[in-house]
Amino acid sequence: MNGSNGPRPEQRVPLEAMRRFDPKRLWALVLKESLQAMRDPSTLLIAFVLPVVLLFLFAYAVSLDVRAVRIGVVQESQSASAHSLAAAFAGTRYLNVTFVHDRREVADRVVSGSLRGFVVIPQDFEQRLANRGVQPLVQIITDGSQPNTANYVTNYAQGVVQTWRGGLGVEAPQAGVTLEPRYWFNAELESRRSLVPGAIAIVMTIIGTMLTALVVAREWERGTMEAVLSTPASVVEILIGKLLPYFALGMLSTLGATALAVFVFDVPLRGSLAALLLLSATFMVPALGQGLLISSVTRNQFLAAQIALFSGFLPAFMLSGFLYEIDAMPAPIRAITWLIPARYFVSSLKTIFLAGDIWAVFVPNLLAMAGIGILFFLLAKRATRKNLE
Amino acid sequence: MPGKPPARTSKAVDVASGSTTSDPLRDTDSEVAVVIDGVSKHFGSVHALQSLNAHIRYGCLTGLVGPDGAGKTTLMRILTGLLAPNSGQATVAGFDVVDDNDAIHVATGYMPQRFGLYEDLSVMENMRLYAQLRGMDADRNADLFAELLDFTRLAPFTERLAGKLSGGMKQKLGLACALMARPAVLLLDEPGVGVDPVSRQDLWRMVQALTDEGMAVVWSTAYLDEAERCDSVLLLNEGQLAYDGPPGELTARLTNRSFRLEQVGDQRRAVLAEALDLESVSDGVIQGAGVRMVLRADTGSEQITALAGRVDAQLRAVPARFEDAFIDLLGGGPGGTSALAEGLSPVELASDVAVSCRDLTKRFGDFTATDNVSFEVRKGEIFGLLGPNGAGKSTTFKMLCGLLKPTSGEAQVVGLDLRRATGAAKGQLGYMAQKFSLYGLLSVRQNLEFSAGVYGLKGAARQARIEEMIDIFGLQPWLSAAPDSLPLGYKQRLALACAVMHRPPVLFLDEPTSGVDPITRREFWTHINGLARKGVTVMVTTHFMDEAEYCDRVAMLYRARLIALDTPDALKRGAVSDHQPDPTMEDAFIHLVEAEDLADEARSGATV
Repeated sequence: MNGSNGPRPEQRVPLEAMRRFDPKRLWALVLKESLQAMRDPSTLLIAFVLPVVLLFLFAYAVSLDVRAVRIGVVQESQSASAHSLAAAFAGTRYLNVTFVHDRREVADRVVSGSLRGFVVIPQDFEQRLANRGVQPLVQIITDGSQPNTANYVTNYAQGVVQTWRGGLGVEAPQAGVTLEPRYWFNAELESRRSLVPGAIAIVMTIIGTMLTALVVAREWERGTMEAVLSTPASVVEILIGKLLPYFALGMLSTLGATALAVFVFDVPLRGSLAALLLLSATFMVPALGQGLLISSVTRNQFLAAQIALFSGFLPAFMLSGFLYEIDAMPAPIRAITWLIPARYFVSSLKTIFLAGDIWAVFVPNLLAMAGIGILFFLLAKRATRKNLE
Repeated sequence: MPGKPPARTSKAVDVASGSTTSDPLRDTDSEVAVVIDGVSKHFGSVHALQSLNAHIRYGCLTGLVGPDGAGKTTLMRILTGLLAPNSGQATVAGFDVVDDNDAIHVATGYMPQRFGLYEDLSVMENMRLYAQLRGMDADRNADLFAELLDFTRLAPFTERLAGKLSGGMKQKLGLACALMARPAVLLLDEPGVGVDPVSRQDLWRMVQALTDEGMAVVWSTAYLDEAERCDSVLLLNEGQLAYDGPPGELTARLTNRSFRLEQVGDQRRAVLAEALDLESVSDGVIQGAGVRMVLRADTGSEQITALAGRVDAQLRAVPARFEDAFIDLLGGGPGGTSALAEGLSPVELASDVAVSCRDLTKRFGDFTATDNVSFEVRKGEIFGLLGPNGAGKSTTFKMLCGLLKPTSGEAQVVGLDLRRATGAAKGQLGYMAQKFSLYGLLSVRQNLEFSAGVYGLKGAARQARIEEMIDIFGLQPWLSAAPDSLPLGYKQRLALACAVMHRPPVLFLDEPTSGVDPITRREFWTHINGLARKGVTVMVTTHFMDEAEYCDRVAMLYRARLIALDTPDALKRGAVSDHQPDPTMEDAFIHLVEAEDLADEARSGATV
């Protein structure tokens, strides 16, 4: 270096370098993080490819609807009305029917799993029909090892019988009330419409919690955190510099996923985009905070990934109401879901996509997400003091 | 990259000149940069530092020297304000490390272990980042950047990603980043680790230039030979300051106590064992064909003179080294008899060649890790594979013992190709992997039992062999402990015990002494020497250049190629020049690498 001997080092310490917060330093850190994120193929994979894969998966592969369920119809009666009922079964698109004359033929196939259940049209079908509902008309046997499907089979079969009977022109058994169900918000009852908005919450959890936990732990692992901590940069600058790019990445990813949902999967967006962005931005607070907390405590990529999986991804998947309805959970589990930020986000997402801007739903959800987020950040700040202890 | 001879002459010359006169930089008028006053630091029940007192001066290169776990990194982190001491205080450039923490970060430049670089950023991006973090406008400091790039000779590589740089270049970039905004005190934590000797030489040149300017530089190292180049040394051992002062003063205490038996030849291992068992000898190592010994304080040279007479070798007084002084300070090295080798019957092999390879080549994609390597190792030989990180040592090694499939060429151990050989053939070798590879979830005893089982020891023989190992390596107190909780030296003993329990005729040791303190290293070599005398063939890789002296022959690997294969003495003789009358292994290595680089240039010049 140049040979000039400057003033004694003590006097060279520039005071402006000692400021706690300096936008230029923050900008340098943000730039660094963005460059790293852009050059790391795994980051791009998680931020852009994974969401697309997940959305496609939930839109097409995972379906909670039951279509073309394989059932058997046992025609023990050969009467004309029995034939007409059998034809009604054949006519529905929800069922894929095999017709036989002996129940033993289908019983074995239910045992082997090739049929989900069967409907028996008994020999005395004409009599029963004439008796007007004193005895049940048909017998329905289902495979209880798959309770959901079993329920569908029962309901569909009953529906078919009822519709058929209605079409006969004879008066219905209970003349008084007829039930005609109407499903609001998702009239077709397409599970895709509720799954795809929920999947956005999963994607945001992955980016916010998992990716952040990984990248911060990586800095500890590679020793770069130590080097940066030894510069005048403050903890706040380092943390914000770390999170800002991933916040942006998460928002971009949300926009992409929303576009995919609306334009490719035909999920309606009945609320406003602004509200969606506000909700997503608020959800990023607990998601990033959790990622930061995990990595500050573990400082190890493998462990961080494991903990992020168990404390972030899995709860968002199982306990947020995304796949399983929270109301159907046992009380203790239901109590746990209150602690899971994804719960508030999933409910908001479903509302904004399927119902519209319902602020009575959003406001408490926003408050809850922000509250949990702030808690995570306070804990993370405590764990990342400006030293290595 | 390097080319020019280093600014500072090699340590051999330094020692020869007997630099016992006090260094001008130690004069009382030079200002104090760092004051360490009664600093203690503990982590749980582990005492990392115990009431340390020391001063570090401006314009002075201070070595923070000690084996792994001595507390070097802890002290470094306290001085950079990353750790707070439990008691005592420290000031750096006039600022208290706790109270003026923000000022500390401005006044110091710190290069942590592994250099603290972002591998997916380019050289220039790393420099700009650290410049901006230190409050400098990168655009307005183009001249400083140019100066740093010139100083580190990184100018041609500004666009290259840091992860794609060699170890030496990474280290220089780390240094350039730590030098941004011209710190008053520069702290370098083990900058020499993972860097080949040529690059280390370059770093010394740069640090020298910085101290000449008046900067205080602290250089921490576990390599004791690096200590000799420092103006002043803080020698740490188990958290305590063992010595504070110029290295020359410490080695001066050993004047007339270091000797070498010249040209002992084939007997050298027996002679070393005998010498180490002498009462007056505190320490001894093999140096090529000779045996180097250090006498205990206040003893005469009668015993070793008698030994020289018995073996008919010439005894010569040699200058003391810093390592001699360190071992002496700790009360001397271990004895020369290996209980492990004592219990072994001489090895019989059908062929005189124990290990051989021909045109061995390994490619990973378009990267060649090992390029046409051929050699033969005789029975009972200690054969060293030497080279900088990434030269292909471990790859070659793994192909020899059948862990990796060569792209082309052949490798044989005791006449068998281990890639195709049965378990019985693999029972013919013992393997000690890098970092010791013990089973962390098994206790020490279970590790021993597992190894015994894996190598097919059964019944009473198995029990007897396990007890023997426990006894020889002193593992009794640790039997139910987890290997990870053992001190590094014991881990190494356990790993060796697991590798030799089935008494293999061929032993593969991959960096067996990495990170282990010098006394444990000596004990280790006592065992290896003993085994070799019984006819066990030992293949060893190491980056401790002085350890290569224990080898009968050394293969030097550089950029995947075998650039030299000879006895340590012959390799050193090849490097003799006017300004290096008595070169060390490291000098020999640098000489060979430079010659290879020149040859490379000539070759590429010819093809243009």
